[in-house]
Amino acid sequence: MSTVTTVEPEASARPSNAPAGEWVVKIWRGDANGGSFVDYRVPVQEGEVVLDVVHRIQASQANDLAVRWNCKAGKCGSCSAEIDGKPRLMCMTRMENFTPGVPLTVTPMKTFPIIKDLATDVSFNYEVAQRVPSLKIADPGPDGVRRMFQVDVDRIQEYRKCIECFLCQDVCHVIRDHEDNKRYFAGPRFFLRYAEMSMHPLNTEDVRTMAKEDGGIGFCNITKCCTEVCPESIKITDNAIIPMKERVVDRHYDPIAWLGRKIARRH
Amino acid sequence: MSAVAEAPTRTPVTLGGARGGPAVRTLRKDGWWRLPLATGIVLGGATIYTIWAVVQNKDYFAGAALQRDYLSPLYSPCVGGTCVTGSSFIFTFRWWDITPGLLAILLPFALRTTCYYYRKAYYRTFWMSPPSCAVSDAHKNYSGESRLPLVLQNLHRYLFFILLAYNVLLTIDAAESFRMGNGWGVGVGTLVLVINAALLWAYNLSCHACRHFSGGKLNLFSKHPIRYRMWKVVSKWNTKHMQIAWTSLVWVCVADIYIRLVASGTIHDPRFF
Repeated sequence: MSTVTTVEPEASARPSNAPAGEWVVKIWRGDANGGSFVDYRVPVQEGEVVLDVVHRIQASQANDLAVRWNCKAGKCGSCSAEIDGKPRLMCMTRMENFTPGVPLTVTPMKTFPIIKDLATDVSFNYEVAQRVPSLKIADPGPDGVRRMFQVDVDRIQEYRKCIECFLCQDVCHVIRDHEDNKRYFAGPRFFLRYAEMSMHPLNTEDVRTMAKEDGGIGFCNITKCCTEVCPESIKITDNAIIPMKERVVDRHYDPIAWLGRKIARRH
Repeated sequence: MSAVAEAPTRTPVTLGGARGGPAVRTLRKDGWWRLPLATGIVLGGATIYTIWAVVQNKDYFAGAALQRDYLSPLYSPCVGGTCVTGSSFIFTFRWWDITPGLLAILLPFALRTTCYYYRKAYYRTFWMSPPSCAVSDAHKNYSGESRLPLVLQNLHRYLFFILLAYNVLLTIDAAESFRMGNGWGVGVGTLVLVINAALLWAYNLSCHACRHFSGGKLNLFSKHPIRYRMWKVVSKWNTKHMQIAWTSLVWVCVADIYIRLVASGTIHDPRFF
């Protein structure tokens, strides 16, 4: 739970007489001991993104503002935050998406512990990453070469677009609203990994039980928020989670499939 | 406070730690509530109408007296003991003396309840878990579909296969709707039932379970070119599953309303030829 001291964002009035091009940006300032919104009046130029504005505030009004960023091109996944309450990359969110004159809120990702201001500790994701085993690939063919066909890897290449911004992890209510579920639930980003392993043409390990037991895929109730926020437009729910759920059903919940395995003596 | 939690996993995770941002349900200023509200109105309306229509136990079949052969999809297959003359399936449960609609809608209702799209819709709208993205879950505890009863959602695939058989029956209904007295023809009701059957096929064949069985469960498409092609087609349809789910649901109600109006004599069914 947050240990905050203030401030209802809706409570503050719209800026009166805000000159054209000047915005009120409310940024969450604080650390693990608490925090509050601080209002900054800042000029905004055409074509700018939220990260440009945050940088302008940092350069001109708040030199100690903590914000994590790197590429400014939507490819490094560093500048994840919540803008007007929605998880987004600051570098890919244009200011023209918002209404001038209405204060814009910028807050850190809610699901992870705050370090300072807009920087959060995303270690949880790296801890979970260790649960997901590495790919155990098949031996080479008689000619000493491992071969894959493009048609067999098209599907999993979509998952490889992930930039690990962790916005999907942030928005997922399973851990966003239920901290304790972090013990059991890997989250959407890692279901991409399980799905990738499961569908890999050279994979030799059955990861369906791992996805169920270690990944907790049964916790997902497929409300598709991960897909909605993904800046890489990966169809996480439809193309990874649901196919993986169906594979887990094959292995654990389908009595006819179980009978088939017994008869065929497969596992 | 942070705590390292030993979980039933191989790697412990760090729990706790103060989170940033204000302690409010959401900071979203857009109309995030509009979609769950609209979903609730349409889904709730369709559910209430279906229950009402099934409870009526009349006016679900426009038969020989009207020179038609229209059976409402909410009563098909009609296997109850009280089915009106001409509407019965090849067998009936004679001991079932309440509305036959209840028997007819049971499995289609179960299919839609366990459908991956509808799950999203009603978890958000009715269970508010969560009502919308980045809006707090309405419940203190959450175990998702990992325990009973929601773990039963995993039976969706069985319902998918059973409902394929239902679709065959509804297609036969649509074919029979061309029968007009002693001859053949096309009325508005015929079109309604043909569209209904087509939409229900589209709904089933765009389903995620269908996508899995058509080829999604395979790891090596290169060794199964026909199933790969099937999977590609189903995957394309699957992207429209939500739209098809809504259209087919509403159309089932439209078909029932139309046949109800014709069967009760409220309107006359125009005949094209």
